[in-house]
Formats: sequence, C-alpha cells, structure tokens
Amino acid sequence: MAERVGVYICHCGSNIAGTVDVESLAQWAKDTLDGVVLARDYKFMCSSLGQELIEEDIKEQGLTRVVVAACSPHLHEKTFRKACSNAGLNPYLCHMVSLREQVSWVTEDKVAAFEKAKALLAAGVRRVHLHEELEPTEVPVNPNTLVVGGGIAGIQASLELADAGYPVYLVEREPSIGGHMAQFDKTFPTLDCAACILTPKMSDVGGHPNIHLMSYAEVEEVTGYVGNFSARIRKKARYINEADCTGCGICIEKCPKRVVDDVFEVGLGYRKAVYRPFPQAVPKFPVIDREDCTYFERGTCRACEKFCPTEAIDFEQVDEYVDLEVGNVILATGYDLFDCTKIPQYGYGRLANVFTSLEFERMCNAAGPTEGKIVLRDGVTTPKSVALIHCVGSRDKRHNPYCSAVCCMSALKFGHLVMEKTGAEVTSFYIDMRPLHKNYEEFYDRLQQEGMHFVRGRVAEVSDAARRPGEEGKLIVQAEDTLIGRQRRIPVDMVILLGALQPRADAKETALRFGISCSMDGWFTERHPKLDPVATMTDGLFIAGTCQGPKDIPDSVAQGAAASARVQGMISVGTVLIEPIVASIEEARCSGCRICNNLCPFNAIDYLEDKAVSTINAALCKGCGTCVAACPAQAITGAHFNYDQITAELEGILFDAPRGNGRHARRLEPALEPAS
Amino acid sequence: MHDPKSTGSFLSEVIATTPGAETLITCLQCGTCGGSCPSGPDMDYTPRQLFAMINAGMRDEVLRSNTPWYCVACYYCMVRCPKDIPITDLMYSLKRIAVREKLYDDRDAPDWSTSFIGYVETNGRSFEFGLATRYHLTHSPLKKVGVGPLAFELFSRDRMALTADRIRGIDQLRMILDRAKSLEAV
Amino acid sequence: MSYAYYPGCSLTHSAEPYDLSTRAICEAFGLALAEIDDWNCCGATEYISINKAGAYGLVGRNLALASEQEGVRELVAPCSACYLNLRKVDHNMGVYPSIEAMTNYALAAGGLHYTPGSLHIRHLLDVVVEDVGYDAIAAKVVRKLDGLRLAPYYGCLIVRPQINGGTADPEYPTHLDRLLMTIGAEVVDFPLKTHCCGGHMSQISAETAYELIRHLLQNAADYDADAIVCACPMCQFNLDAFQSQVNRHFGTDYNIPVLYFTQMIGLALGMEAEELGIGREVVAADAALAKIGSAVPEVAAPRRPRRDDKALPMPRRREEV
Repeated sequence: MAERVGVYICHCGSNIAGTVDVESLAQWAKDTLDGVVLARDYKFMCSSLGQELIEEDIKEQGLTRVVVAACSPHLHEKTFRKACSNAGLNPYLCHMVSLREQVSWVTEDKVAAFEKAKALLAAGVRRVHLHEELEPTEVPVNPNTLVVGGGIAGIQASLELADAGYPVYLVEREPSIGGHMAQFDKTFPTLDCAACILTPKMSDVGGHPNIHLMSYAEVEEVTGYVGNFSARIRKKARYINEADCTGCGICIEKCPKRVVDDVFEVGLGYRKAVYRPFPQAVPKFPVIDREDCTYFERGTCRACEKFCPTEAIDFEQVDEYVDLEVGNVILATGYDLFDCTKIPQYGYGRLANVFTSLEFERMCNAAGPTEGKIVLRDGVTTPKSVALIHCVGSRDKRHNPYCSAVCCMSALKFGHLVMEKTGAEVTSFYIDMRPLHKNYEEFYDRLQQEGMHFVRGRVAEVSDAARRPGEEGKLIVQAEDTLIGRQRRIPVDMVILLGALQPRADAKETALRFGISCSMDGWFTERHPKLDPVATMTDGLFIAGTCQGPKDIPDSVAQGAAASARVQGMISVGTVLIEPIVASIEEARCSGCRICNNLCPFNAIDYLEDKAVSTINAALCKGCGTCVAACPAQAITGAHFNYDQITAELEGILFDAPRGNGRHARRLEPALEPAS
Repeated sequence: MHDPKSTGSFLSEVIATTPGAETLITCLQCGTCGGSCPSGPDMDYTPRQLFAMINAGMRDEVLRSNTPWYCVACYYCMVRCPKDIPITDLMYSLKRIAVREKLYDDRDAPDWSTSFIGYVETNGRSFEFGLATRYHLTHSPLKKVGVGPLAFELFSRDRMALTADRIRGIDQLRMILDRAKSLEAV
Repeated sequence: MSYAYYPGCSLTHSAEPYDLSTRAICEAFGLALAEIDDWNCCGATEYISINKAGAYGLVGRNLALASEQEGVRELVAPCSACYLNLRKVDHNMGVYPSIEAMTNYALAAGGLHYTPGSLHIRHLLDVVVEDVGYDAIAAKVVRKLDGLRLAPYYGCLIVRPQINGGTADPEYPTHLDRLLMTIGAEVVDFPLKTHCCGGHMSQISAETAYELIRHLLQNAADYDADAIVCACPMCQFNLDAFQSQVNRHFGTDYNIPVLYFTQMIGLALGMEAEELGIGREVVAADAALAKIGSAVPEVAAPRRPRRDDKALPMPRRREEV
C-alpha cells in the first residue's frame, strides 16, 4: 500500500525561516519526495493551531505518515506524537527532522542551509515510509520511595511523601540526619536558629510511621527501572543494638576515649569514641567508631558495655545488608566544603586564627565546642576585629569557576553574629555582593546600618608578618580596595574564610551507581536546567538540594518538595508507560555467544541456559543500540532503528549524490559534502 | 556579535603581543593583582585599573602610567589571578609599546632598561659597574648619595669589576639581535 | 650526572661567592657542571621590556649553545631570574608556533637553531633537592649547623610562575626549609619566604625597594634569625648591599647577614668559609657563623600561643590527613 505522507515545516518564528526558505522547501518536498501528498509551512507548528492542522489533515486527507521539520525531537517529539495519536494515527508513524538545531542555528550561508534542509527532509520522508506501529508497555509503579541523604532537602522530600501516605526509606551515611543545616547556628536572612526550625522536622522523620530511617548506612547497588528499582543498603555496624538502646547516653559519658571530631565539629571540637554527633540526633542511638575505640584497638576497656543499663552494646555486630524494592529514588546527597588549605596565601592550617565558615558555624552554635562563644584558637580570647573573606575557592579558574551562591549571605550573617556577640569590628572583603533572593538585599542594608565594613576587593593574602605599627601580633589582611584603587592592609584578630560549596568527593561514583550523569564540575545533571530541574535523564531518579548545584536552605527545601511532588504524581497514576523503542533478539539467529550480555549498560540482557540464547528485558532496555551494533550474527534488531529504516535515512541524505552500480546507499563519502 | 577583541582596539593590540593573554577579556576586576603587588602602593594606577582602562580604550593614559615600570616581576598576581591572566607578561608588553611610542614621561625606568640592554648588545654580558655609573650619574645623582660608598664596599670585596667582560661570539649575537629587531618593533 | 651550567652575569662578579660555593658543593655531590661555552646575558627583566624578538633571540642563543653540548639534556641555573628566562623561552617556543618561528628565524642569522623541549631547564635548588636528595646530603654532613637560626628565603622566581607544572607551592614552598633542617640548622617558619626583594626597583625607585627590603629584614629579625638564606643573586644583593641604606632611610639598625644556601651546605660538608666565598658579603656573617658547633643551642621562644585545655585544635593540613 502506498503511504500518504504529510510534511510540515515550522518557521519557529524567525529561528528557522530567517535562514531557510521554508516555502520553497515545502514546495520542493511536495514536488520531489515519494509519497508526499501535502507539504505545509507554518509559523509555529507546536502551537495548538499547528497541532490541529496535523490532526485535521490526518482525518481529512487520510495521511498515514507525518514528518514535522522543526526543532530537535528532544523538545517536541512528544507534542507531535500526541497530535497524531489524537487523530487516530499510531504516534510512532510520526517523525521529526531537526531544522533548527542542525541547520538554521549552525549554518549562516542560506544556500547551503537550504541544501542541507533538503537532505535532512528527504531522509526523514524515506525513513517514515518504513516506520512500524509500536505500542508502549505499561508497568506498575511501586509506591515505596528511596531517599538518599538526610540533609534538609532529603528530610523535606521524605516528609512530604510520608505525609501524603506513601512509604519512604531514608538512607543517611552519618549516624544522624540533619546534614549541614544541623551544624549551623543561625539562618539568613531572618536569623532564626537553625536547630529550632530543623529539629522539629528531624523528630517528625524519626517518629513518622511511613518513614523507615536507616542512618549510618549507604546504598551499595541499584538495579531495575522506573517504577521497579531494587536497592541494596549496607547498614554499617553501630556496635549498639538499636532494639535495646534507649538513647540514655551513659555509654558516651563513661567512654574514656576523647578524639577530635572531624565531621560534625569539622575538627574544632572533640567527641568520644562512642558518640552521637549532637544532642538532638535522630535517631538517638549512638555509634561506636571502630577506628577510635580502645577495645577494638587493644582488646580491653569495654567501659560502655559495663555501664549500659540495657545491655545494648554488641561488639560482635557486623555490617548488615538490606534489600529494598522501590518505585522511585530521590538523591539529596549534599555538598562538601572547599579545602581551604589549597589557597595557602590565606594561611588556613598555618595561621591559628584563620577559620573556615563551617568552623565558625560550630563556634557560634551554643551546642558547639565553645558553647557559642566567639573566641580565637586559644579558646579564651575574644576577637576585637574580624575579617570575612568571600569567594574562597569560588569564581576561581584554579579551583571552582562558579559562584557558590550562599557565601555573600553567610558573610552578612556572620558579621551580624560577631558584632552582636563580641562588639568586634567586622570587615567583609567581597568581589561582588550577591544577595539574590527575597529579603536578602534588605539584610545587606541592615548590616550596613549595623556598622559592618565592606571592602570591594578579593583578598591577596593573609599574613602574620607585621610591617607597620599596630600590626604586631595581628593577622594582616591585604587587598586592593577596588572602589578607591588603593592597596590596604587591615590588621585583625580573626579571619573567616567563606569556602566554596563543592560536589561531594564521591559524587562521580554515586552518579555512576545510580545511572545518572554529572556536569564537568561534578554536580548531578538535571533533565533540563530551567524546566525540569529535579528530574534526571533516568526515569524515576530525581535530585534535590546541593547535590545539583550550590544553593541555600530555601532553594534546597523547594527542590526537596518538588522532587517529592514528582514522585507522588508517578505513584498516584500507578503505572508508567515504557517506551517501545527497545531491542529484541531473533532467537533463530542467536548463536548464544553472549557478547551482548556484558556490553549492555543497563544490564537488560539475560542468557537463557536452557535455550542457549540471549534475551532482552524490554522494561530495562533503553534502546541505546549498543547490542544491535555488537551482535556478530545480526540477530538483534532495534525497534524504530532497524537496518532498513537507517539505510533509508542514509539514502535520503544522499538524495543528490552521484549514483552508480545501484550501490549508492553504500557510498558514504559524499555525505560529508552537502552539510558544508 | 560584538567582539571586544575586534581588530584595531587597544585591547586587541595588547592581547596580540602577549602570549596567552586572551583571558584578559574575562577580567572580573576583583583586585587580586593590585592587592598582591609589592610596589602597588607606589603605582599611579593598580594593574586592575589599568585593565579597565585598556578595555575602555584609554591608550594614552595607560601608556603614560608608571604601573608597568614599577612591576617587579614577582609573579604573585599571575599565580593568584582567578582568571589566569598573564599579568606580568602584559606589563612587559605595555612597556614595549610605551618605549616604541615614547609616551612614558619619567625616563628613569626606561633609561635603566635601555642602558642595561646597551651593555648587553655591546658586550654580550651585563656590566654592573658601567651600568651603575652611567645610569646613576645621569639620573638625579644627588638622590643617589648612597651609591658611592656602596660601590666601594662591593669593589673592596671583589664583587665589582671595573672593566666589562665581552663574549667571543659578540658578532654572532649582534647578527641574531639585528635580525630579531627587523622582525617587529615591539 | 652531567649538567649544562649557566652561571649568568651576576655570578661572574657581584655574586661570585654563589658561583664558588655552587661549584664546590656540586663537586662534592658528584654533579658534573659543564659551563655553556661563551654564554651571553639572559636579558634579565629589561630586554623583554624593550624588544620581544630580541629577548627571545638573546635567551635562544644560550639554549642553542647548550643543546649543542654533547650528551647534556639538563640545564642548571643558580640565578632565579636566569632560570625563569631560560625556562620561559623554552616553554613559549614549545606552546606558540609563532614564537618558535620568530626565535629560530633570529637564531638562524647566527647559524644557530634550538628545538624547544630539548633541554630540561632547572634551578640549582631543585637539582640539589631532587637529584642529590635529603638523605644523601645528610649522609655527607660533617658539621651540623647546630644552633644556627636561619630564615629560608626563596624569593619569587623559583616558585612562580608555575611554568610547565612545577611541584613547589607558589606561595608556601618547603623544600629549602627541609634542606636547611637536613644540614642541622634551626629553621624559622619565615612568613615572607616568597615575597619580593624589590627586584630592579632598587635601581629605578629606591624607596619602593627599601620598604620591601625593610619588611623582610624586620620579619627575619622578629623571628630572631641569625641569617637569611637565599637562592638568588638579586635577592642577596638587595638584602645585603642595601641593608645599610635601608637602616639609614628608616632609622633602623638591622644587621642580618644574607648567605646563599650553597654556602650553608658547604659549611655543613666541612668546607672552609673562604673557598665558599664567605666573607665577601657586605653585612658580616661572623657572629652568625661563630654559633655553629656551640655546645648549648639556645631554645627558641615559642612562636605560637601555648596550647591549654581550652584551646581549639588546629585544622589538620592536607598532607597529615
């Protein structure tokens, strides 16, 4: 049966029509290409009027194939497939040709652009003749969700899902949830206490019937596909039996071993070998750190065991593995603070009174190592002057080229806290002040009024080498005050470095484990930077908070909520359609060589021992085509990308290439020409 | 599209004569260079200001500035610049353009450079004693009262020669330098 | 191991002690130095300020002559400015084809050619530390510099700019510190170790240089250093020869000798002060050198506030974690 093809050429305003003569292209298609019964050009094919045009033509002109030459299929393939479907045509009989991304945006020469548009259109029309009707597979969505990371973003996502009535597994690497926010003292710009607004949410998580919290645990492996993931969780041995522990804390009190706490107290304070990171920790159960514990080191002590009233200490405990079935995953794994020793001219690690922003947060926190007193490294002296250095490791090609987004506001907050608690003079050294969100500019205004000093200039160096009278015994901050064009040396007692927010050191491995991608910097990549910021290119996998990029608490909370809303949508529909563009194996031709089995990046191919052939799990297959290309027997076919379809497309590209011996489709060299 | 490096601009001229200086157009005016500069307090403009002036096409003011001549080539600005701008090398370029066009009014620094290279071109080696006497006696000798005793100190410790050393291949060196100078003025 | 040796103009006169001590310790360590025959001036910071092609031709001639020497791939320069000029020309010729063409076109007029990358250009300090090594140096020490407090002064151009990589930290290197500790000296944690000595400003705007020199001397004095130890003739000259003028200008009375690291090594290897050129510095080093071998080394006053129970732990540095 001869197919009746409709061709639709989109102007995309002037995006395409400004470069490609769309009217002549439509006329050429109608006059030249096989089976084209009508060819139209239209201002915006993606508008509802444009879509209706296609629908009417299918019904009235009896079209059996549709080709839309417009933007990239990434943007509107779904739109036009749906239009076809509305008119009763199988959506996979529609094909998109990218005239915008592949022609008008990348080709300035109008003649060359027209020739290239012809070739791509010819390819699309030849290919669409061979399209087959395909039907998506429907699979159920497991209502359980795995949330990875118990910082504020993960907490928000978990609570919203749980409150909506859906089960959540929240996995946290540290002994307690809370994340970086739990380390903070106050939050900008309202200055409410971080713990006061965070700990209620933490206890909600701890007590929620729909949340299964697994702290001190990590995700080892994830398999499966949207709606049906399996995850293996490793619960690290706590050496404390959670069922028996009442969280009374006697073990911590009796433990004789005190060590520097590098994680929660960022090296500024101490903890015991058996510890809870902070008093409001959720869950309340402590952890025995095997590395630090005297018993594990020398085989004696067991003080905690002797004093535990419920006999909850268990030195024989081992790591435990738990397998979970979930429908969706939300990653909220957070950030690491920049290693400030990498900028030696600021003296961190060498000059005692240079602190990082996180150290300062802990110092300011009433539950921290100094009980909230702002003091120098000697632990007693109150500083009379403090310098705040912005952009430490941010906006710097040598470290991180991006702006870390929160440091300006943190600096303002620190300035307020220092002045309030000590009355010290505070000077901020900034490149550009970026208080971007609601009520942030007003906070900047407030700090100016409170008497904080601002010097526009990136600090050159911090030194203890006195040069002028008044500098002895001080840290001298040297910078150009760019607003007056003069070098200044400002002696202070304390320097606080606003270190950059960086991707987690293991972000790349995490991305690999969950099958998503990272940007060059190492942040997890969203599906679309503006329109789909919490989804990823992997269906059923969502991201929230700072693992996606630097952001503050309000934005992290918003993303946590957004990711949860996306998951709730999936669960409430209950099923998900799996694209039918998958590979399949023709059993008769399969030799059982198993080459494809290990090549599949999605582990979608199984080997059937009894039949001695391989088979593809359509639900796991993403249609990437790796196995199709690799099969030595050509036993694997990719639906929608079979040999005949691709050959036809190539022939179309080469429509005006010199022909000879009937082998024109094999002659690939001229294909390079029409494009230029 | 507007190209800040478009041919003919002062910015493009400066970039073209400095290896690796394309990054100059990304200067974010943070002042790390001016803050780091050991002689910054004595410069009439900080390096950062100079870059803004180059961008604004203030050719004359830039080339008359003492900033490039006060550069001590310590390279602090270069290793600290967050945008990888080869600042020290840009200072050398500005000096060459200023010398070519005789725009820098205070002759002390350019004369030091030209005296120095004069001895190098004559002998193939620098000549500390000749340089010190020729330069210091022609440039406000009263201000340099300390130089006499210093020269004596060095001489008495056998650290200064009264005659210049000359390399054997001085003719070969001159041929190389003559051809080099024929290549470009700066 | 064999090296092409580029002394540079300073080492022939004002910094001759550096040349003497370099040759003496290299011989002791078995490093064979073959001076580049008929080398010329590197142009310092001045030639490139006047003419770019000429500056490349000037340095290019030295590289070409050195690369003609039999069996030599390593070129060593004790002067930091010479070292940087040689290294920079080699590097830029390799990276920018137009610079390579320009330089070799000029060199061809003198019948010479240089292929970038054919020499590995190194500073003497790096050669001593990397090729000899701390252990081998320690093994040869016969007179530990006990009781001598030294301020290690790297200056600028050994560690900056980081051309072709460079392993030392451009802001806070520690290899000279470690080297001086290896020969038994007490090393102060000199905060200005990579700050500028004033360079050519001592010639063209003396007051600018005086302030930089004063700051270095003040800092070394604050740390009770017996001597400043340097690795560059320009640094030595500015700090030593101008010290009395700095004192006059600011009304100060600094009296800190400035010696080369090669001289300190030579002393530790048991060589005589005279053969190392010691005694030719303007600020006399007698008092400092008299301390070597003193039976009761003075205990340095603590530089950091004493840690008490309330003190917060210092952050652990990268290499410790």
